[in-house]
Amino acid sequence: MPPNIVTLSDSNFDEEIKSSEEAVLVDFWAEWCGPCKMVAPILQEIATEQEGQLRIGKLNIDENLETARRFEVMSIPTLILFRDGEPQLRIIGAKGKGQLLQELQSVL
Amino acid sequence: MSGIRDVIIVGSGPAGLTAAIYTGRANIVPLVIAGEPSSTGDQPGGQLMLTSDVENYPGFVDGIMGPDLMGTFRAQAARFGAEIVTAKVSRVDLTSRPFSVWTNGDSTGEPTFQGRSLIIATGARALMLGLPAEQQLLGRGLSTCATCDGFFFRERAIGVVGGGDSAIEEALFLTKFAKSVTVIHRRKELRASKIMQDRAFRNPKIEFRWDSMVTEILGNGSVSGVRLRDVTSGEESTLDLGGLFVAIGHAPNTDLFRGQLDMDPNGYITTHDGTRTSVEGVFASGDVQDTVYRQAVTAAGSGCMAAIDAERWLEATAHAAEQAQSQS
Repeated sequence: MPPNIVTLSDSNFDEEIKSSEEAVLVDFWAEWCGPCKMVAPILQEIATEQEGQLRIGKLNIDENLETARRFEVMSIPTLILFRDGEPQLRIIGAKGKGQLLQELQSVL
Repeated sequence: MSGIRDVIIVGSGPAGLTAAIYTGRANIVPLVIAGEPSSTGDQPGGQLMLTSDVENYPGFVDGIMGPDLMGTFRAQAARFGAEIVTAKVSRVDLTSRPFSVWTNGDSTGEPTFQGRSLIIATGARALMLGLPAEQQLLGRGLSTCATCDGFFFRERAIGVVGGGDSAIEEALFLTKFAKSVTVIHRRKELRASKIMQDRAFRNPKIEFRWDSMVTEILGNGSVSGVRLRDVTSGEESTLDLGGLFVAIGHAPNTDLFRGQLDMDPNGYITTHDGTRTSVEGVFASGDVQDTVYRQAVTAAGSGCMAAIDAERWLEATAHAAEQAQSQS
């Protein structure tokens, strides 16, 4: 796994997001979610390509429901891009790589 | 582009991947254009990627999860040499052979792939209500995938729109999380199979609103309820809900082939003599041509038929070409 992919949890979420120099794209996912499984390898590719500019945070919503609730996640996969600890962009639903990059481009 | 393929399979649900297993085993080396990730049924693996327990696929006594089942299909297709690419077809040209296919938004210039034969297995997608608030509330309390999103609706009152098998399946699944599930259906009786109906009627968490149509989805930021119209009396009412799931049927993914293949008025590709379409060398299988059964197992069965039809057709055309050559 690329080094700029971090596992997030209810306990380390705030610290990881706020201390990050790069923007963090948080992937709210779960084991039982088919579309999440399709997005995961794309995020790995994006992480490798954007190293130094972007980190990917994986948040398993089954184990970390509190954080998912806090950001009003009601559908997965949901991707939220944080910069300086603040949410900047929300992408709901699985997308192809081209479309994801296009949506991210406006804030990266 | 790397050479002309014998067979290109568009789609990677049960039909497309079964066609890949059969053509692969016949040493035809199929190219499968699997689709792009999305949260609709139009994605690699197809509609089963949005299904939880599949209980009626033969061979799995205790049932299997939809995404797991499609993982096994894919692995089996790969085992027999299928080349699987994650891309979405943006244009096809069926007017001359070899057939041309463009992917990922391209529609001009050199085609991305060319094939002597084509198996279409692009499946179907869930229909939406077509109401203005829909796009805005999708993923914010409005969902077309109970298995993806049901989890977030613990202890809430949820509505499910529809009366077929998929609506009742979603309603039953949602009772695991929800405080109550109201099935909103525009008729007086369900279209769902008997076993699903029995389960739904027996479930104390499920209520029904018969003869009712959703005229508006209410909510500021997230779904808070719906406006309903009674189709017999015309009376309007409001129902408070913490979430709404839509399962009102499917439409075939055939926009790509419009004007190039014969279709019925609803856009399903018409087939004859097995899986043959109106263009020689083009075969269709699965939900894209099935207006009746629409099951994983029938889709897989028709994918097998398309593979055999394509294989025989390729053999016959190759044979005819050889004969023509030896006579000249």
